[in-house]
Amino acid sequence: MSTNPTTQAAAAEAAALRKALASTPRPPRAGALSAALTFGWRGMLKVKHVPEQLLDVTITPVMFVLLFTYVFGGAIAGSTGDYLDYILPGVLVMSVLFTTVYSGVALNTDLTKGVVDRFRSLPIWRPAPLVGALLGDSVRYLVAGTVIVVLGLILGFRPSAGVGGVVAALALVIVFAFGLSWVFTTLGLLMRSPNAVMNAGFMGIFPLTFLSNVFVEPDTLPSALEAVVNANPISVLATASRGLMEGDASGGDIAIVLGTAAALTAVFGPLTTRLYRNRT
Amino acid sequence: MHSTLAIEASGLVKTFGEVRAVDGVDLAVRSGSVYGVLGPNGAGKTTTIRMLATLLRPDSGSARVLGHDILHEADAVRGLVSLTGQLASVDEDLTGRENLVLLGRLLGLKRPDAKARAGELLEAFGLADAAGRLVKQYSGGMRRRLDIAASLVVTPRLMFLDEPTTGLDPRSRNQVWDIIRALVAGETTILLCTQYLDEADQLADGIAVIDHGKVIAEGTPGQLKASVGSGALHVRLLDPDQRPEAQRVLERELGSVHLEADPAALSASCADSDRAAEGIAELSRAGVGIGSFSLGQPTLDEVFLALTGHPAEDQTPEEGIEEEQTV
Repeated sequence: MSTNPTTQAAAAEAAALRKALASTPRPPRAGALSAALTFGWRGMLKVKHVPEQLLDVTITPVMFVLLFTYVFGGAIAGSTGDYLDYILPGVLVMSVLFTTVYSGVALNTDLTKGVVDRFRSLPIWRPAPLVGALLGDSVRYLVAGTVIVVLGLILGFRPSAGVGGVVAALALVIVFAFGLSWVFTTLGLLMRSPNAVMNAGFMGIFPLTFLSNVFVEPDTLPSALEAVVNANPISVLATASRGLMEGDASGGDIAIVLGTAAALTAVFGPLTTRLYRNRT
Repeated sequence: MHSTLAIEASGLVKTFGEVRAVDGVDLAVRSGSVYGVLGPNGAGKTTTIRMLATLLRPDSGSARVLGHDILHEADAVRGLVSLTGQLASVDEDLTGRENLVLLGRLLGLKRPDAKARAGELLEAFGLADAAGRLVKQYSGGMRRRLDIAASLVVTPRLMFLDEPTTGLDPRSRNQVWDIIRALVAGETTILLCTQYLDEADQLADGIAVIDHGKVIAEGTPGQLKASVGSGALHVRLLDPDQRPEAQRVLERELGSVHLEADPAALSASCADSDRAAEGIAELSRAGVGIGSFSLGQPTLDEVFLALTGHPAEDQTPEEGIEEEQTV
């Protein structure tokens, strides 16, 4: 073969290939937290490439705040202004909890792709892909929460506990959402399609949210229902969030919320990890 | 502890419902070799790889990969192998560069090192120009190259390549083959699953032929060919209409006859040249016009036919993927 520019280029390419393929020393394994954060970064990159993914944590909450305040406000609380004080922490809870269903949907979608095989064959902390994805999702919860609070402030919501209270409430809701999203990732591994996860997820979260004190005071309900509503952890979460924003939160409520989040994580976290690992 | 065998598997079985996808597979793969697992779609290749890569638990049987048990030391195995799956194992919602940086970070590289390594691999695999594009916009060949690059972010001791050229055009296939050949020069052992006979013939030092979940033959490409007979008589007829007649004659004289894709061509396994000459003489006696004939080593295609009684590529292409989804 004569030397011409093409063969020279091919030779250069072959040299680059050989260099790249030369054995590299194996670095120490990534730590658990580092691996999880890397998966969180993957979630952020996806949002960067397809920002429309943020619609459900921006437009949807805005819609909820406006609809619930102005459609129901007069009928339920006598005036939209009074209702806003009651409903805003409630809509915050509802919007963020609805978003947790998408964690399961996203995981189920991921499973249909070959890249999951690669993740599962890596020498990393087993729950890292799942914990990382949920950490990424927590950023989405934070976006939804911030949108709602800012819109509330614009509409005249004035929480007496100030910035600190609002931030504490937001943090509490996100921690609870993190715990709850493990339920939906479990569902995401058990169901056969993203749509099935979405349907089953909302079939659970929808009645659970409405059977709470998110929209109405429980004492307006029939007594049997009132008991159910008061026992619902979402009611406790809404009450605690209102309390934190108004500066009169009960430590007991906060403990119940954190305890529930911890329990959900303790049960459904390992279950999700196990299902993910054994997934064929 | 240090074994000269990179893979030792015995009696691996995996059942999906009624289907015994892998039905007692034994493998012994020497360190530093390229070992081909050859079989049609649905033969159990992917399932075997997934068990060896610790993605799937075998129902029975055991295997050691690089000296580590795949069940009890799965984490040690994962630390030494990398997998290029049949479905491209890259994240199509990220760019090529992001994919490689992501894997570098997950494998323990510091961020600047992960970035540098990603750049080096993109350059070497001819993907530098496409580095910032989302993988979903990549062509099949680019995706495959990225997939292999992703398996090499940290040099693995053993690399599983599951049908690396399936669905690629000839040019992309050659590029992938060049990469595999360059890899062999290093110390990495490669387990290559393929349904392409020429791929195994070109790249592999040893081959296991697998069909219906069982290894039906094993050896070097040369040994496999020899096991079928020292060669095959290839005949090209002047008139394709005479092929049935030619087939009858050769079956009588030489035994198993394979009809080629070319309607005027056929071949018969044949142990020695004297008998081949006899076969040709019989054909002319029967009035069959011969365009050309040759006596040569059998192709792996013929090996497969002789071993299984059916050609290698007669099954539906979806089967291999179905086998994964049937839980």
